[in-house]
Amino acid sequence: MPGLMRLLYATKSVWAILAALVVGAVFILIAGSDPIAAYGALFTGAFFEYHGIATTLVKMSPLLLAGLAVLLPLRAGLFNIGAEGQIYLGALFAAMAALYLPVMPGWIHIIICSFAGMVGGGLWALIPAYLKARHNINEVIVTLLMNYIGINLVSYATSGPMMEEGAPYPYSAEIPESLWLPHILPRTDAHLGVVIGLVIAMVMYYVFQRTSLGYSMNAVGSNPQAARYAGMSVRRHIIWSLVLGGALAGLAGTYEVLGLKYRLFHAFSAGYGYDGIVVAFLGGGHPLYAAAAALFLAGLRSGANIMQRAVGVPTTVVDTIQGLVVIFVAASLAFRFERSRWAEIWRRRKSLDRALEGEVAPPPPTPSGAQPAGAKPAAENAER
Amino acid sequence: MIDILTDPTQLADFLATSLRLSVPIIFAALGGVLSERSGVFNIGLEGMLLAGCFGAAVGAYFFGTPFAGVAVGMFFGLLGALILAYLSITLGVSQIVSGIAINMLMLGLTAFLSRIVFEGQANTMTLSGFKPIAIPLLSQIPVLGPVFFNQDLLVYVMYAMVAGGLWLMYRTRWGLNVRAVGENPRAVDTAGISVVGLRYACVLTSGAIAGLGGCYLVLSQIFLFSEHMSAGKGFIALAAVILGRWNPLGALLACLLFGVFDALQLRLQFANPEVPYQAFVILPYAVSILALVGLVGKPTPPAAVGIPYKREAK
Repeated sequence: MPGLMRLLYATKSVWAILAALVVGAVFILIAGSDPIAAYGALFTGAFFEYHGIATTLVKMSPLLLAGLAVLLPLRAGLFNIGAEGQIYLGALFAAMAALYLPVMPGWIHIIICSFAGMVGGGLWALIPAYLKARHNINEVIVTLLMNYIGINLVSYATSGPMMEEGAPYPYSAEIPESLWLPHILPRTDAHLGVVIGLVIAMVMYYVFQRTSLGYSMNAVGSNPQAARYAGMSVRRHIIWSLVLGGALAGLAGTYEVLGLKYRLFHAFSAGYGYDGIVVAFLGGGHPLYAAAAALFLAGLRSGANIMQRAVGVPTTVVDTIQGLVVIFVAASLAFRFERSRWAEIWRRRKSLDRALEGEVAPPPPTPSGAQPAGAKPAAENAER
Repeated sequence: MIDILTDPTQLADFLATSLRLSVPIIFAALGGVLSERSGVFNIGLEGMLLAGCFGAAVGAYFFGTPFAGVAVGMFFGLLGALILAYLSITLGVSQIVSGIAINMLMLGLTAFLSRIVFEGQANTMTLSGFKPIAIPLLSQIPVLGPVFFNQDLLVYVMYAMVAGGLWLMYRTRWGLNVRAVGENPRAVDTAGISVVGLRYACVLTSGAIAGLGGCYLVLSQIFLFSEHMSAGKGFIALAAVILGRWNPLGALLACLLFGVFDALQLRLQFANPEVPYQAFVILPYAVSILALVGLVGKPTPPAAVGIPYKREAK
């Protein structure tokens, strides 16, 4: 019995997601459609059809990288709400490296572009990192505000100096074909970006779990005073974790350019930076769980379009569901088995058994803090 | 461009635009001050502002009067705040995560519902709104009179709220309790005052006030609802809260500063078509950051902001 309840509590995030989907179903009903048909179209389209899976993987690439970009600073106790702006700056730097560097072998050029993208995102994160480390200015607000500046910077570049001549819409020239990321599924858009994201997630997992760097980051995040006392520079950890986070977001932008769009577009990111916060949160700060969360959210996003075409429910319902998922999962985290009524009932049953045994043999010594079995009801009455 | 300094009518016009642009942010920032003073960081202001916009449009659309819009708008803002309050105060979930969840939910929900409620005419309708009321005598003051005293009802409500907020915060027992609960909730609890009750009151009120900012946007400026019309104003309000040092009057001045820069960028954009417009659009954001950097001395937030209060925790 407690095993089952324990399992239900352990999988509470799954139940929370299901609950969010149930509330989402109400909204689909309000929109005048059949929720089962709508969800059927969404999840079949996202996870069980060849081209749908490819679209899911395409969306998973920026979501995962942006999620890791939020997750890394989170480890050190910092909120990176600026992944969106860092994505734009990364894409800008990568596109410049792709368009303006001399001709060279494709794979070297791809690596250089990736590096440029990381520099772009990292530099953009350096500003809030420096302000936080030096002047203790709230990084939440600075990263938030810098998103708007970053988006407008790319908007300026694509409608000004980098704009392709005669383009009807602000976008840059096309990058050379030798720079296009290889596709991982034939005849689809699914590109290597998602694989790179997964590799980085695994590396991060290893670094967090096994290396002194991961340990010291965790120490700074959980108890900065103690970390400083142990000789770690809190300031340096703040700067590096935010800058590396920015670099990862920059990579997300880079692979949108090299893997999918092949140009730098004005306003190309559909809020991936903000979704990255959700990915990091749903992943509970764990890189591999974050990958699972990114897959789920990417599926919601790619399935949304299929659902809209199939049953006519607007895709905005998916934004609603995503918000609900975060709220429900956040709420579910507050429910712990140890503090639940079920655990209490189970404790009572056990103490009852012990008391019964005690009538046969003398009562065993109770562990510190626990009530002697027989005295429990009286003590509880006294508390009330 | 220079005419705003030489021509009084141009100057009045410029200042009036500045004020109008800052009003929604002022409401949101007042809500932010209240919430953060009680120890709850409210990054969900953006979503509550947007919920207020939607509510204002719904109220005015179905009842044909802006007053109904205000009532529904404030109520929707309050509903958003209720989510934040429940998650962060009752359940002790991270306030940042709760706030971001509210922003996402409102962004999706208002876009989704507006298509159903307004059936595609969201972008073409003209809702009944508030009209400017000139206050006798005060509106006759040269330059500043028409700027500050020929506005609509919601702006006067905003003045009253700043004054009332100052009085409530610094002159009443309740305000003392609020400030105390943001600094040292345990002390307040020991004094026999409910920490949860105070924080709920502050967060819910903050949502309703942010919703009022949304009402102003819809009922006094644009007269329709469009998707994501809050466009980051709630985030600028967060910067204004810090810049204003968690004080209602300070927040008002900070928001007016942003309003002046926003009005300036509109004028610059109009006067200098050869300069890329993005350079002007980023101006308010850049100024916000620079203002945070350039603060004389260190801003000290309420000590307990961001930390969930648990009675049994040591």
